[in-house]
Amino acid sequence: MRRGIAAAVLATAIAVSASACGSSGSTATGSTANAGPVTITWWDTSDATNEAPTYKALVAQFEQANPSVKVNYVSVPFADAQTKFTTAAAAGKGAPDVMRSDVGWLPGFAQQGYLVPLDGTPAAAEQSSFESQLIQQATYQGKLYGVPEVTDTLALMYNKSLFAKAGITSAPTTWDQLKADSALVKQKAGVDGFAFNPSSYYAMPFLYGEGTDMVDVAGKKLEFNSAAAIKGITTLKDLVTSPGVAKLDTTANGYANIMDAFGSGKVASIIQGPWETTNVFKGASFADKSNLGLAAVPAGSAGKAGAPIGGHNLIAYAGSDAAHQAAAEKFIAFMTSAASQITIATKNATLPTRTDAYTAAVTANPGIAGFQAVLKAGVPRPAISQYSSLYGPFGTELTKILSGQESVQAGLSNTTVQAQKLLPDYAAQ
Amino acid sequence: MTVAAPVKAAPPGRAEERRAGPLSRIRRSYDQFWYAWAMCAPVVVILGLLVGYPLVLGIMYTFTDATSLNVGHTIGVNHIPDTFSWVGLKTYLDILSGPDNQFWPHFWWTIIWTVSCVTVTVSLGLGLAVLLNRNVRGRSFYRLLLVLPWAVPTFVTIFSWRLMLADDGVVNSLFGAVGLGHLSWLSDPFWQKVAAIAVNTWVGVPFMMLSMLGGLQAIPAELYEAAEMDGASPWQRFRHVTLPGLRPVSSTLVLLGIIWTFNQFNVIFLLFGANNSDSVQILVTYSYKLFFGQTPMDYARAATVGILCLSILVVFTEFYRRWMRRMQGAQA
Repeated sequence: MRRGIAAAVLATAIAVSASACGSSGSTATGSTANAGPVTITWWDTSDATNEAPTYKALVAQFEQANPSVKVNYVSVPFADAQTKFTTAAAAGKGAPDVMRSDVGWLPGFAQQGYLVPLDGTPAAAEQSSFESQLIQQATYQGKLYGVPEVTDTLALMYNKSLFAKAGITSAPTTWDQLKADSALVKQKAGVDGFAFNPSSYYAMPFLYGEGTDMVDVAGKKLEFNSAAAIKGITTLKDLVTSPGVAKLDTTANGYANIMDAFGSGKVASIIQGPWETTNVFKGASFADKSNLGLAAVPAGSAGKAGAPIGGHNLIAYAGSDAAHQAAAEKFIAFMTSAASQITIATKNATLPTRTDAYTAAVTANPGIAGFQAVLKAGVPRPAISQYSSLYGPFGTELTKILSGQESVQAGLSNTTVQAQKLLPDYAAQ
Repeated sequence: MTVAAPVKAAPPGRAEERRAGPLSRIRRSYDQFWYAWAMCAPVVVILGLLVGYPLVLGIMYTFTDATSLNVGHTIGVNHIPDTFSWVGLKTYLDILSGPDNQFWPHFWWTIIWTVSCVTVTVSLGLGLAVLLNRNVRGRSFYRLLLVLPWAVPTFVTIFSWRLMLADDGVVNSLFGAVGLGHLSWLSDPFWQKVAAIAVNTWVGVPFMMLSMLGGLQAIPAELYEAAEMDGASPWQRFRHVTLPGLRPVSSTLVLLGIIWTFNQFNVIFLLFGANNSDSVQILVTYSYKLFFGQTPMDYARAATVGILCLSILVVFTEFYRRWMRRMQGAQA
């Protein structure tokens, strides 16, 4: 009998310790001793082939200047980063000390207590040099939770020589013109005039063009069912089925396919942001960089042209210990310094977030100059934490609408039903 | 189930044990089999930790409105308290009578997907096994060739298919060459479904074939000889010797096939991605999307869909088992 108990206890002990071993994997932010170099982990969400080399070079510079800090650079695909970070942070381990976060994710992260407020830390020492609107977007309930690293907006990118071949002299300024120009390009140059990436973020200009948005924060209303939104999406649906517009690609490779087609001159125009400029310049049609035309996105029937203002902040994870947080703040300050931003802008053709980084050398880049002009038409997003979550259900239904599985009305009212789960106190219309 | 097994397995015939109370019965069994109990303990503990705990937690979440926002967590100095509340069966009602038309389309597609995949893989697997069971030249070469899809890691297979099925991929060029036109395998809702079933067949047939082959080799050759002596045609031999002889193997294979296909996450997820192809998502990928594919993560609804999947499979398996037992009874 006693033997039995002993055996059972032993066996249980083995089992428990075995399962404990299994769960203690390598933690990115283990509480190491304060002495010696601190290793911080940075999740970079920039494009791993076109943009990452610039960031890696900056990381090496930072390590040289700060021998007491080592940076573990991890490239995380942008599409998975939000989920990965949320999962890691919710589990309490595996989250990085610093992450490059989309501006839209910041309010949600801050609301859940994942982020360190950066006011008064070395990270935000030069706060006054940044564009005030971008600092505003990195602020949640009065506290600064991120330092803007790059900013962006969407623009109409077009292939000047293909447009010229079709006899088009200036970029279209309305969706109707874009439709007519696409038909013309197809007719004269034999390639598609326009390709649309069927994702909710890229559909925003069609809502802004009718003077509406996904939500009306002041009026506490969801706008998907509004007449303006229905009109905007109807315009889009009409556009993607017009002659001369590339067949809608809703496959998992769609985004890459569109970029390849534009780069190789099989499509004359797309809606895209500055993060793809380097990639576009690699394309066969853009060996001569001046062949890339940049214009504000076309306007809708309300006569307004608008594109979402996006971009990325560097954020610090609240679960790291004090030594890691201090190192993270130092790192963020370095990566967002004027010198670093100038390097990033000249190498990657992305837009700096600081006014003092728009030097003559930076604005000489054709991509940056074009986007800087377009930035004026940018529409900042409302400061509610659920806003970027609305892109999910809107995107799913948008694909169904554009591929003809649902009518515009049905799709948008399905979106509304799902959006109400995120914003229960908003009226549906 | 593992915990319950020893109790069920207790010999029912012993009258004195049945009369004793449950507590003394356990004590007596412990005195007698303490070593077995000790040996089982680690398995029970590990299964309890790895299966039992998440399952209980999952069932619990289905009766709440938990999301990643309102479940308590502590990040460094920040402490977010639990603020989710019990909502009873509201999540189930919401999903089953959903005004957003999300559950039922996915449910029906899951049923069609499971039935067609299992039918095709089992019959193809059986056909190939019968072919390979004969003495043909280069038999081992054919066997190797047919097992190959199984030996390649699933994600490699599926990504290769994704490239081949793309709009300008190999499949479409072949179809174009024979004048069948250009199909949108990865974006048109109908052809997406066809593509999903085809790729799953490719992935699933080798296992079915191998298992069927094992079953075929267990059928004694004398039975075929006797049937031949009695003048049975090849079809009659297949119908009355092969099929009944395979039943112990094939019934288990069909059940396994149904459970695996019902929960086949890889094919759908890797072929189409989680977000852009809503109509081809089966229940498990839909549940994944509710959890990982959106923010805030919807724990309650994802768990509810998961529990619904589990319940459907448990109920089905029970009915299938009874039906099989009745079939066997009828045969004997």
